[in-house]
Order: sequence, then structure tokens, then C-alpha cells
Amino acid sequence: MKAGKLFHVSVVTLVMLYLFVPLAVTFLYSIATDWYRTFLPEGYTLNWYREMLTDPRLLEALWRTLFVTVFTIVLSILLMVPTIFIVTVYFSKWERLLQAIVMLPYAIPGVVAAVGLIRIYSDGPLAISGTVWIVIGAYFISILPFMYQGIRNSLRTVDAITLVDAAELLGASRIQAFRHVVLPNIMPGVMASVLLSFSILFGEFVLANLLIGGQYELLQVYLMRRMDESGHLSSAIVVFYFVLILILSGLILKFGRSAKEENA
Amino acid sequence: MQTFKQKRMLLLALFPFVIVVLGFEILPLLAMMLDSFKADEGQGWSLMQYATALGNKYYLLALKNSILISFYSSLIGIVAALLAAYSITKLSPKVRNLVLMFSNMTSNFAGVPLAFAYIILLGNNGIFTILFQQLGWDVLTSFNLYSWTGLTLVYVYFQIPLAILLLYPTYFGIHEQWKEAASLLGASRLQFWRYIGMPVILPGVVGTFSILFANSMGAYATAYALVGSNYNLLAIRIGSLFAGDVFPRPELASALAMILGGTMIAAMWLNERMMRRVRRDLR
Repeated sequence: MKAGKLFHVSVVTLVMLYLFVPLAVTFLYSIATDWYRTFLPEGYTLNWYREMLTDPRLLEALWRTLFVTVFTIVLSILLMVPTIFIVTVYFSKWERLLQAIVMLPYAIPGVVAAVGLIRIYSDGPLAISGTVWIVIGAYFISILPFMYQGIRNSLRTVDAITLVDAAELLGASRIQAFRHVVLPNIMPGVMASVLLSFSILFGEFVLANLLIGGQYELLQVYLMRRMDESGHLSSAIVVFYFVLILILSGLILKFGRSAKEENA
Repeated sequence: MQTFKQKRMLLLALFPFVIVVLGFEILPLLAMMLDSFKADEGQGWSLMQYATALGNKYYLLALKNSILISFYSSLIGIVAALLAAYSITKLSPKVRNLVLMFSNMTSNFAGVPLAFAYIILLGNNGIFTILFQQLGWDVLTSFNLYSWTGLTLVYVYFQIPLAILLLYPTYFGIHEQWKEAASLLGASRLQFWRYIGMPVILPGVVGTFSILFANSMGAYATAYALVGSNYNLLAIRIGSLFAGDVFPRPELASALAMILGGTMIAAMWLNERMMRRVRRDLR
């Protein structure tokens, strides 16, 4: 091996090791009986996973998180697809404004967004602070940049304008054209954004903790509160969460790739 | 031609989106903005919140701490990623894809789970901490995960995958032929990087740095999960000023949030400018 090649391989190995060790240790910790006296765990067990899967609090947190994420993403598709479609096709002079609105949340960290949300919704006619609706609203905004990119790109690649023109020529109403022609065609391309939003929202802690906290315990808040109680159980949850995210990322890659192939 | 009625129907279809965006993005931001210019308990207009935020030693220190940890973690992250991303381009395509996939995978490992992993690794009863004690190695005795060094180490973890992801493509802006041409004309490797390589990737590096910086300025979960509200960071202070254990001061929280948001938007703006220099097609 040439000296240069050896250098590159060692650099990559070192950096990847830095990224790998915390993951590996968390995984080992989740299947270890006791691990504080020896280099490797003293014994291995699946008890922590069993305990995790029978913990009603985790299952509840998981269902809540699933409900909030699915609801937010479905709402996002229902509102964003027509909006982006209408703006790009009929009101293209507003496109820059729309772009500014959807990209802004990207530059606003959760803790900043939470200040204004709590301010508006803590009292007055719309006191939804501490209910699930404020979280859904906040999540809707935080995934805007990703959903916008995905939906816009696929509207462009399926050439939605031509599709609608063709459908209208064949006698479809505008709503029919949208519902039966545009929507099914863009869904594969939008899938990657959907899954990305999924994994972002599953890992979201700041808004969940500040806006609703223990009143409606979501996955990350649950994990945070469980951390001090049992290290082994928490590591099982972390591994479980990470595997979930991995499956999602795998699907993102798959959908991203098939969308690209379709366009090619 | 569109009829007036058609146009009205179209605008009506935009209505739900407009309501949600107004209600959860625009109005909250506006309320926060206005609040930041009010005296305590919303009494009258005043600049006193900004005076407190930038005059009070405690909050000034939080701002300084946030800027410092963001700067250092971004710097370490970008240097590591510059080396790693370049070395990745030198690997065989198969290994390269595998490494990139793994790196992207770890970019999901942030916030609470990441803090937890570091606690079992290097916390007071962490595996490495105890192991090293038993082995009699004292490299870790002076190390404390709950110190600034410790927090920086954890921040670097989430900076590196992001930096690799963003930097990796910029290396493809450097064509092999340029190197050949430069060496034919008598340039050394060092000269090549100094006069050709660096100027080509520099805007990308600066842009990536600003993204990393903004990323860690806004980070809340990681520090919060490590030591609750004990770190004096801007994001943590904002959180505890309106939803924490101290007496709530939403107006001050708003002013601090404006300052934090301002630094982030400045960083994003810098990135945008730099990207325009790299990608001429955007101009």
C-alpha cells in the first residue's frame, strides 16, 4: 500500500471510529447484565428489551409520537401540495414570498420558535398551550422546508402543468385533474420528504419538552425522563429508536433513488 | 382566460395554508419581536430587555459561551471533516459509499440519545471513566464530561457527519486534470493547494462553517440532556426564562431569542452568499 493511501485509510478509520464508538457502547450496554468492572460486559441479556417492550409508558409515548407525526405530515401534504401547485401555476409572482415563508423555519431554532408560540397561545381566546394542537402546529412549521423541497421538485419533474392541461383537455375538472392525475404522480417523489420529516419529528425534543412536556409525553421527553432511572433500559430505548430511524433512512434512500430513476 | 370566479376559488384553496402559517409561524414571531421591545410584564415600549440581555454579565456570558462553544465545535468539526471528506474521495467507490452511508446515519444521532451515549461512555460512572481508573491511566482523571471540554466533545460528534455531508461534494469541484496541469507547469503539491485547491473549496468551507455554527448556536437538547439548565448557554437561558424553574420573564426571553435568531440568520445569510460564489449557476 502506498503511504498516501495508508494515510487516507487511517484518517477515515479514525473519524469513523469516533462516530462508531458511542453507538457500539450504547448497543452493548443495552444487552449487558453488568458492565462497570470489566473491559467487556460481564454477561449478556435481553431483559432490558423485554422490560422496554412491556413498559406501558413507553408504548404510550410511542403511540403519541406516532399520532402527532402522522397527523402533522398528512396535514402538511394536504395543505402544501395544493398551495405549491396553485402558486407555481397560477400565481408565480408569489413564488419568492412562498419560498421565504417555508425556508424561514430552517433558520429558527426550536427554542426561539417556542417563545412566540407560548406567548400567543398561553391565554386569550386560543389557549391551546399544553395541548397536542400547539405541538402539531409547531411541527407543521418545522418540517415546511423539507416538505416544500420534495413537493416542488416532484411537481416540476412530473411536469404538473402539462398534466393538468392534458386532463382538462380530456374533460376533467380542475379538482379531478389534481386529485386523480397530479397527486398520484407526485407521491413517489414526495415519499423521501415524508420519511425525512418522520425521522426529524421522531427525534424532536425541544418543542415537545417546552410546549407540552409531561402533559403529553412524547418519545424524546420520555427518554429524557427515563435516563436517570435505568441506564440499561434507556440504552435499549436508544437502540430501538436508532433502529427505527435507520429503517426510515433506508426507505428514504430507496424512495429517493426510485424517484430519481423515474425521472431519468 | 381565468374568470374572476376561478381565481377566487384558487385563492380560497390557499386559505388553510395561510391560516396555519400565520398562526404558527408569522404571528408567534411577530409577537416575540414586539415583546422583546416591551418592559417587564408588557408595560409600555422600552429597550430595557436588550439592555439587560447585553448589559447583564450573566446573559452576556451565556451569549459568549454559546458563541465560543459553537465556534470551537464548528472549527474542530470542520477540520476533521476537511481531512475525512478528502480522504473519503481517495477510497474505492464501494468503500466510499459505505463510509458516506455510515456517516449520514450517525447524523441522526443527536440530542437526547447522543447525550445519553456520552453519559454511559464518559460520565461519572461511565465505562471508559471507570475502566481507565482501574487500568491506572490518568488521561481521563482531569476530564469531566459535564465541563465545557466535555460539552464541546459531544457537540463535535454531531458536527462531523453534517460537515462531511456538506463538504464532500465541494471536493468534486477540483478536477484531477487541474492537478496534472499544475504539476506539468512546475507547481508543487503545496503550491497546487495554496493557489488552486484552497481558493476553489474555500467558499464551500466558509458556507459549511456557518451552517455548523448556526446548528450549534440553536442546539438545546444535547446540553439540556447532559446537565439540565446548569450550562449557561443562550438557548438554555431562553428555555428556562419562560418555561423553567425561575420566575418567568417572557419579554427578556423574547429579546434573547431575537439575539439568538439574529446570529443564526446572519450565519445562514453568509452561507447563502458563499454558495452563490461556489455555484455560479445560482447567480
